Amino acid sequence: MAESENIVAETAEKIFADLADAQTINRDKDGAWKAPLWQALSESGLPLSWVPEDCGGSGASLAEGFSVLSAAGRFAVAVPLAETMLAGWLLAQAKISSPDGEMTVAPASPKDRITLNADGSLSGKARGVPFAKAAKHIAVVAGDAKGLSIALVEAAKCRIDAGLGLGGDHSDTVTFDKAQPITTRPAPKGFEQTHLMLMGGVARSLQIAGALESMLEISVRYSNERVAFEKKISKFQAVQHNLARLAGESAAALAAATSAADAIANATSFNDEVFLEAVSAKIRCSEAAEKGGGIAHQVHGAIGFTIEHILHRYSLRALGWRDDFGSESYWAVELGKLVAVRGADELWPLVASR
Amino acid sequence: MTAALRFDPIRLPPECEQLRKEVRAFLAEEIAAGTFDPHQPNREDTDAPEFSRRVGAKGWLGMTWPKKYGGHERSFLERYVVTEEMRVANAPTRRFFVADRQSGPVLLKYAPENIKMDILPRICRGEVCFAIGMSEPNSGSDLFAAKTRATKTDGGYLINGTKIWTSSAHIADYMIAIFRTSPPTKENRRHGLTQFLVKMKQPGIEVNPIQQITGQYEFNEVVFTDFFVPEDHVLGEVDGAWKQATSELAYERSGPERFLETYYVLTELVRAVGKNPDTRSAEGIGRLVAQLHTMRRMSVSVAGMLQAGKEPVVEASIVKDIGTVWEQALPHRVRDLAAFVEETATNRETLENQLSFAIKTAPKLTIQGGTTEVLRGIIARGLGLR
Repeated sequence: MAESENIVAETAEKIFADLADAQTINRDKDGAWKAPLWQALSESGLPLSWVPEDCGGSGASLAEGFSVLSAAGRFAVAVPLAETMLAGWLLAQAKISSPDGEMTVAPASPKDRITLNADGSLSGKARGVPFAKAAKHIAVVAGDAKGLSIALVEAAKCRIDAGLGLGGDHSDTVTFDKAQPITTRPAPKGFEQTHLMLMGGVARSLQIAGALESMLEISVRYSNERVAFEKKISKFQAVQHNLARLAGESAAALAAATSAADAIANATSFNDEVFLEAVSAKIRCSEAAEKGGGIAHQVHGAIGFTIEHILHRYSLRALGWRDDFGSESYWAVELGKLVAVRGADELWPLVASR
Repeated sequence: MTAALRFDPIRLPPECEQLRKEVRAFLAEEIAAGTFDPHQPNREDTDAPEFSRRVGAKGWLGMTWPKKYGGHERSFLERYVVTEEMRVANAPTRRFFVADRQSGPVLLKYAPENIKMDILPRICRGEVCFAIGMSEPNSGSDLFAAKTRATKTDGGYLINGTKIWTSSAHIADYMIAIFRTSPPTKENRRHGLTQFLVKMKQPGIEVNPIQQITGQYEFNEVVFTDFFVPEDHVLGEVDGAWKQATSELAYERSGPERFLETYYVLTELVRAVGKNPDTRSAEGIGRLVAQLHTMRRMSVSVAGMLQAGKEPVVEASIVKDIGTVWEQALPHRVRDLAAFVEETATNRETLENQLSFAIKTAPKLTIQGGTTEVLRGIIARGLGLR
């Protein structure tokens, strides 16, 4: 990790530690923690990390932005930070300046399509859009016969049917019914909706990996405190082996997600190699969320199943994040098809190229 | 953070890609010449001495060792590339692999100069085969229960006892073994074992082959009867072998051989399903490839840390735990996915033969070189649970 990456990530960590402590948030039923947290993040320029300075952002590198998302995952941050970062990145692809405030992106599923109408308005439905209810603006990928465009739309111009993801954060259906964007520009040559899905998928992978790091930490700590059968449960071999497996899942998620982030940060295009990295991260991190999260709960026993305990903040969000920007099943099919088309003898060269 | 696991996204440097091309070209030539069949992992390949010498002549043995001992002073990452290409091609590496990975580095660290000058260049030339004498009939994972005695005598030691499950002992020129030189102490049950270099194929050593469930004979029982080992064959501290084991384990545990042993069935499945797989096959293959890619990235990351002089003992144990569990399950997952492969697939028979062998191989993968249970104990210790 480069020095500057450390500084950006450390800034984020410090804000989260001060204003997004899981215990404090978990006790705060009114959501009073949200506004100060968002304000601090905005003042540090973190939501617009990936927006160049001439588009109103802070012009951090992709790598720096990814390190912020790892930190956000470790704190299971429940404000639209990743979403605003992705929206800013998307808008910047078409040199559209980012407005202030919370944003999200649409579509958030590889199967949804938004249409750019002849009159410049947008039509279509995007499902599972994270934090749409909390967003002031939505960055949209829309297509017409000429190709893809990127548009900035006021959230108020769309119909938003509220939904909740597993972690209790908004995951909404956004309907564009002849919605007029503030700005629309053609997407750059070679841009595909898949690129947004891969960026979103890697963001979610980093968040899941971060959440697993925290689940490992609090599970280890709990096992060293909790006494049963007259000894700490960390002294039982069965518990030790479960925690070793959780460490393995956490490690796999961390390796897959940081490798994919590194691949995108250093790539000039979304080629097969970057595709392999990005979708492998989403697939493997999603699998780790299930296996690792399950162990974290098993170690905690009943207390971890209560709303008062902080474990669910990590475990349920990690599970919920699996669904955003294409599930692991969806990407596994796509990756399997790619491998099949390239042929058996090209599989190892693809894997070894990374 | 109580558990600061590190898996930085290390990339192989550019010189590795040139090397990779050379290794692939070499292997293609060997395959064309009929040295081995990459589709047949189940051959008796323990003895491929000429191939071993040709690999040595290429400069791919002792790659990281000092030139003075015949080595090539290249990086661990370059060695990594050679290892993974050989493994994926199912090349017959058994004759040199143990010496190159494990025994050579032990000699480099602990052997006297005359022995290093004698043996290491021969390993680099692919001329000698090593075995590892650890397990005994009543001492497997519990290494420190070893009972085979080394009794002090004039100018050396007399060895009496039995090693077992010793791979390649029937063809090995040398063995690096641990023998008991003193009883364990009350304070330290690991005390009293010493590492020795043993020259094989001599009177006083009896090697009895043991057949495995795959049908192969890799294992052996090795019986020592008043076998003499000279003084200068002691490797490291007398009674202190337990101090010497840990640092090498990271190398042994995290390499590509820890997840690629059954890889061939995945390639063959991709061939069998063809260009237009159904959704079930595509998803199954996609997940396996994602898991494989992730493990390789973890393994390369550990190799990079080793190259940087770190000792990622916990990370290496995690790679072996996850990697061996994966390669063990792989043939069964491939079998699931192959259930609906067209009867007409041209490689159906190859795939079935490979699956049969891989499924029989699978049980050993989580046992050899440190069982899953031992690894998880090491990880748990690293997490601060012990």
